[in-house]
Amino acid sequence: MATYIARRLLWVPVLLVMVSFITFALGRFGPGDPVQILLGQNFREDAYERIRKQQGLDDNIAVQYARYVGNALRGDFGESYQYRGRSVTALLKNKIWISAQLNFAALLISITLGIAAGLFAALKQGSWWDSAMVAFTLVGQSMHVFLTIPIALLIFSLKLQWLPTHGWDGFFSTSIILPALVLGIPGVAIVTRLTRASTLDVIGQDYIRTARAKGLPERLVRVRHILRNSLIPVVTTLGFSLAGLASGSFIVELYFGIPGVGLLTIESLFSRDYPIIMAVTLLGTTLFVLANLIVDLVYPVLDPRIRLGGDYVAG
Amino acid sequence: MQGEAQRLQLPNTEHRGHSYFYLSLRRLSRKKLAMTCLVIIVIMYGSGVFAPLVAPHGYNDQDLSIVKERPSLTHPLGTDRLGRDMLSRVMYSLRTTVIITVTSLVTGALIIGVSLGLIAGYFGKLADGIIMRVGEVTSAFPDIFLVLIIVATVKPRILQWVRGFEDATGIDWIIRLGIVDYTVISLALAAFSWFGMARLVRGQVLQARENQYVEAARAMGSSTGRILGRHLLPNVISPVIVSVSAGLGAVAGAEVVLSWLGIGIQPPTPSLGVMIFENGNISVLRSDPHLTLVPSSVLVLLLFTFSLLGDGLNDAFNPRAR
Repeated sequence: MATYIARRLLWVPVLLVMVSFITFALGRFGPGDPVQILLGQNFREDAYERIRKQQGLDDNIAVQYARYVGNALRGDFGESYQYRGRSVTALLKNKIWISAQLNFAALLISITLGIAAGLFAALKQGSWWDSAMVAFTLVGQSMHVFLTIPIALLIFSLKLQWLPTHGWDGFFSTSIILPALVLGIPGVAIVTRLTRASTLDVIGQDYIRTARAKGLPERLVRVRHILRNSLIPVVTTLGFSLAGLASGSFIVELYFGIPGVGLLTIESLFSRDYPIIMAVTLLGTTLFVLANLIVDLVYPVLDPRIRLGGDYVAG
Repeated sequence: MQGEAQRLQLPNTEHRGHSYFYLSLRRLSRKKLAMTCLVIIVIMYGSGVFAPLVAPHGYNDQDLSIVKERPSLTHPLGTDRLGRDMLSRVMYSLRTTVIITVTSLVTGALIIGVSLGLIAGYFGKLADGIIMRVGEVTSAFPDIFLVLIIVATVKPRILQWVRGFEDATGIDWIIRLGIVDYTVISLALAAFSWFGMARLVRGQVLQARENQYVEAARAMGSSTGRILGRHLLPNVISPVIVSVSAGLGAVAGAEVVLSWLGIGIQPPTPSLGVMIFENGNISVLRSDPHLTLVPSSVLVLLLFTFSLLGDGLNDAFNPRAR
């Protein structure tokens, strides 16, 4: 077990180096000249040459990459091309906070609505409520934000005029409701399905019958015995979905004009802002790889039939 | 055993030795929901493939006298801001979906994924190590980020080369027909989807290669290619079929996202992503919501049917895996 974890952890930096090199090389291969973008209308031949030299863009790509990694290790991800004079670290810090708030709100919606709906469906097993919930979990998982966004906007912003169509005013405002809702809907479906399945599993257990037999009020049976036990697999699975959630949010950020990481990334991709693209890729990859690692480590705890180690290191 | 089989499901005694594949297909054919999804998918893919024949109008036929019309008999799904028929545009967009999903899945998942999975699983050691490590690097990129970077950086370069080639040779249809877009996006999506398949096949092969029939084939002097193709491949194929259905939905969705961002399929070539983008702003939504809802609904219907079909296939091909 310890060897396995050590091997997996040692593999993480190797992955990061390869991923960053691929991104770096692709960035240099791509079209457009960042210095031209940087200068914009103030383009002058001598200024162009000077800045190219200053940024070290004339050096060999391996040299440039080595310099980048050296700086990155010291926490310096360079300076943004499009936002002049602002360090990537400072820019990202702000954006990450906004995206984190949005994703947290979406997760909150997924958890509360999903657990409530799943529990309800399981307790009313066989009724039309249950069937409706099952149908919802099937449809909800395929609900692409491209459909839920226009529908939500139509109903809540245009017809009822309750919520703003776009913008961002922080966590405690009306502008977060729609984006968080559309981002959370597929999660609601997943959590509902999980909760329903695990609750049905728990309901059939002997200790539930015992609790009822000893005369415990139904409310206490549900809260203390059913709910508590059925949530164990749900909560553990939820932790895993955090990483997946974050990557899906860029469409929502673009649609609603929320100045988060997603919007920044797409902006940078179009304006060839390599330092930001690199930093976002590295950040995303690190989170993603670590999340996968945690999932792989936690699964055997949940399901002892899965053995760790084996003959290869799983991605 | 045989008597039981006869009593249960085989009135026709002449067909006794049914293959696992045949039985699975028959199990599938009895699932109403999955079959309905299959029919919907066939209709959608069919209307995409035969778009030039079945579409009532051309995808780019503009008629500025009938812009933003509500659905009517001549235009069942209405017209967009340039008076183009929405139904025809959806059909041609589905053609894009067909091209992208089929090419990227055939190249990425089926050819690259399955053959590398077979190689990694059967030979093990060095080949396995290299293939799995490379796969882990490509799958370490979060979500479709790798595709995003590849398309954004590589496509303009290739367009530049092709333009040079067109100028030099006098051929003018490569870019106009969107071939560059299709190729780059399919290949980028293939780079994104091959590893899941390779890992799946590898896992299956690791189990299957210990079977005695493989040993027997080897003992009889079968070549490696024959063992892989005739003995191992047929035995690992059913999870492949299940995962293809799930993969088709993911690839279709990714193409729509790329085109919506403006780095995928370029107008005038129609794509659901382009249509969602063109009709996606708030003023269109306020005045003519059907323009936004039509392409989005088609996308969701596509994803939904693929996911249900995948569930059905899974039940049919792995009946005991519940």
